[in-house]
Amino acid sequence: MEIYDLTIHEVRDLLKKKKITSVALVEKVFERIEAVEEDVASFLALYKEEALEKAEVMDAKYAAGEPLGDLAGIPIAVKDNMCTIDKNTTCASKMLENFVPPYDATVIKKLEDEGAIIIGKTNMDEFAMGSSTENSAFQVSRNPWNLDYVPGGSSGGSAAAVTAGEVFGALGSDTGGSIRQPAALCGIVGIKPTYGLVSRYGLVAFASSLDQIGPLSKDVEDAAIMLNAIAGHDERDSTSVPKKKINYKKALVNDVKGMKIGVPKEYFGEGVTPKVKELIYKALDRLVELGAEYEEISLPYTEYSLPTYYIIAPAECSSNLARFDGIRYGHRAETFEGIDDLYTKSRNQGFGEEVKRRIMIGTHSLASGYYDAYYNRAMKVRTLIRDDFDKAFEKFDCIITPTAPDKAFKIGEKTDDPLAMYMSDICTVPINIAGVPAISIPAGFVDGMPIGMQIIGQHFDEETIIKVAYTFEQNTDFNKRATL
Amino acid sequence: MEFKTIVGLEIHSELKTKSKIFCSCTTEFGGDVNTQCCPVCMGFPGSLPVVNKKVLDYAIKAGLAFECDIASHSKMDRKNYFYPDLVKAYQISQYDLPLCSNGKITIEKSDGTTKDIGLIRIHIEEDTGKSLHGLKEVSLLDYNRSGVGLIEIVTHPDIETPEEAVLFLDELKATLEYLEVSDVKMEQGSLRCDVNINVVAKDGSIKSRISEIKNLNSFKAVQKSIDYEAHRHTELLKAGKNSEKDTRRWDSDKNKTVFMRSKQHVEDYRYFPEPDIVDFEISDEWIQEIREKLPELPKAKKERFVKEFDIPAYDAQVLVNDKKLAHYFEALCADFNDPKLISNWIMTEMLRRMNLEEVTLDELKFEEKDLVILFKQIAENKISNNAGKKVFRKMFETGEKPLALIESMGLKQISDDDFIEELVTEVLEENPDAIEDIKNGKDRAIGYLVGQVMKKSKGKANPQMVSQMIKDHCL
Repeated sequence: MEIYDLTIHEVRDLLKKKKITSVALVEKVFERIEAVEEDVASFLALYKEEALEKAEVMDAKYAAGEPLGDLAGIPIAVKDNMCTIDKNTTCASKMLENFVPPYDATVIKKLEDEGAIIIGKTNMDEFAMGSSTENSAFQVSRNPWNLDYVPGGSSGGSAAAVTAGEVFGALGSDTGGSIRQPAALCGIVGIKPTYGLVSRYGLVAFASSLDQIGPLSKDVEDAAIMLNAIAGHDERDSTSVPKKKINYKKALVNDVKGMKIGVPKEYFGEGVTPKVKELIYKALDRLVELGAEYEEISLPYTEYSLPTYYIIAPAECSSNLARFDGIRYGHRAETFEGIDDLYTKSRNQGFGEEVKRRIMIGTHSLASGYYDAYYNRAMKVRTLIRDDFDKAFEKFDCIITPTAPDKAFKIGEKTDDPLAMYMSDICTVPINIAGVPAISIPAGFVDGMPIGMQIIGQHFDEETIIKVAYTFEQNTDFNKRATL
Repeated sequence: MEFKTIVGLEIHSELKTKSKIFCSCTTEFGGDVNTQCCPVCMGFPGSLPVVNKKVLDYAIKAGLAFECDIASHSKMDRKNYFYPDLVKAYQISQYDLPLCSNGKITIEKSDGTTKDIGLIRIHIEEDTGKSLHGLKEVSLLDYNRSGVGLIEIVTHPDIETPEEAVLFLDELKATLEYLEVSDVKMEQGSLRCDVNINVVAKDGSIKSRISEIKNLNSFKAVQKSIDYEAHRHTELLKAGKNSEKDTRRWDSDKNKTVFMRSKQHVEDYRYFPEPDIVDFEISDEWIQEIREKLPELPKAKKERFVKEFDIPAYDAQVLVNDKKLAHYFEALCADFNDPKLISNWIMTEMLRRMNLEEVTLDELKFEEKDLVILFKQIAENKISNNAGKKVFRKMFETGEKPLALIESMGLKQISDDDFIEELVTEVLEENPDAIEDIKNGKDRAIGYLVGQVMKKSKGKANPQMVSQMIKDHCL
């Protein structure tokens, strides 16, 4: 096994035992990046020099025996929609190609507080809108398991980078599945935390009431370590919830005895391939062998999730993205006549097709005369979807579903069919609408491509889903490295 | 046909919290352009608003002072529109759940009658930046004001005359000043007022379409614009036409309103709940806490002044309309027990001078205690009232001390019997005709003779004594 195949907790052990230095780790990942980045295309920006300098500082701290965080000296990547001071934050959009934020996102500070070395910013669908990274204005990332396939999206760059061994862990953002779906398609672990667990300050907003930052990692333990680093109340984000800090490493317990699992039939319906269904049921059987029990249940409002999502998310996006008007920062058309023309041209040139589509849908659904029929009704259905989950959690400790309806699709396969693309989020979208946490872990392979299993928990009960995920991982061998 | 004017006002008042509504930037007026802003009030990508609790406190305070219902549950909403001074292309405001609703302000009209002007709502929102136009081909933007907390106060269309509008604004301004929630300076934009106006035939048969007037930078402008628009609307109706539903601005140079844009197509602001800010739950305890700390408000102070100091209601109103002036008056009364004399002096000499020289109370050159000394000199007949005015003028101009001025200006009043007797005798000898007139009951002649004596005394003789002595001689 190569160094770049190791997990965060494994390299952390090596660092502690002084069997490797942080500088060496950084050099190793950059060697790997040089070897595979041309194929994988995960990164939009890399900070090699700075990473090496920081690694030297960390090595000095290790040498001095200072108490250090779990991520001390370990290369980490972040999705390019999280603001990094003095470093371009593009959201994979022409609109922000040259945008340099004057401040760091809270998660960036938190990672750095834990000693993480941020080595670069990863590719994504423009403004996190998409499920394949094909909506990036700059490049299409590829699935390291098979370069003809998409890595999923919108955090596809983060997923591909971790899967390819270009970095030990990465942050993504998840509005309707953008962490879990690429994690599933790349055969790694991804957590969408409870809405309000992780600060959104500095995350360029797509849909404010749905967005949440979370980790993508090689195994469950790494995910717990990264979640430990980024979770917690932030006074700069009033939707982040003040709660006692939890050590998620304590949930890494190999035991699911007596655990009650709900399996909602709506997530195994049309659109989910038979092979995926079969594989998830096999996984459930494995959990039963380990002492859990499962029961088929119904979450009746599931069928309204996708329509509800495609009202609320575009509505919020149409407002959130209105600030990109070419006045203060971002792309401005070179020639224009008057202020309205400046707006129209700058936005028309700066935004890609999918972003424009959602802005138009959102603008329409918020228009007076349509508001009640669309946005207001969607908000009411949202409450019903949430109630579905709340009711289920009165009986069950967690809910298990497929993460995505199928294995990764080929590059270009769905680019002309937005609805088909939207369907790939059918299993993940309801979780954002309800605001509950979910983790995706590898659950097997279909045609040589990894398949993810989604474990959903109650609000702020990340511990249970981490525990179930960890137990499954410890007792199966689906967690494999892609060979590139 | 007779017409009635109907006016509703929308008032924006900047809250003087130390920091802005959603970030910690200062709200100080007059800083260098774009030095008082941060990623939040510049609406930078990824930044998030966090509500300044003081803004809620201040708005609730105003709501209570204007007898509003305070919402137990409230929220912020986004008002979406594009304009370069609006950094996020949406303003965080309140739509369907304003913090305060159903209030009123009672005005007292010059004929002594009172009238309630209803308030529909008071809500909180963020201010925008400022566009600076007119520099060649470019427009510049200053975002210092962006994100300053505002309250918007919307009245029912209860106002029928320019006088009522000004009385309402006086009361509103004074109350906000007493509450210490706003600087209420129209010239600095911390108080802004838009007028919505139309006219209706008294028999209800016909009415004009509503015009909104913006850019009103003084109460005088509000008054004049209502006059102007009421006339314009009425004339249109009389001519068998009607006004257009439009937005106009007041041109203070030309003393008229000017058409800005039509309101036939209403702009759609696509309001929706602000997802970045959690809803507010306002407890009874919170409201009670604020209620208990409310200061004495202008209305109560006015009633107390009339009762306690026995001054005319009009004087009391003028005094309380300016919080600092009311305070100044009370301080003077505490040091010198002649409220009527003090009130008279403030109402006439002092305010006249201050208005003439455009000087505020804070800028007065003399100290309050010097004014007390001057008043005592007058009350004790050490100087005449006229001499007092001369001294006051000098104090106002230079800040010199009153006693020194009386001395140097030679205004010390002479009440010496022999001295005055001598001058009176002299004058009577010179004006035998006048004596005859007095004897025949022509009182005016007394005044003339007193004047002659004062002239000879170079203004120093005690005029009361002179007058008495002349009467004693003649009658």
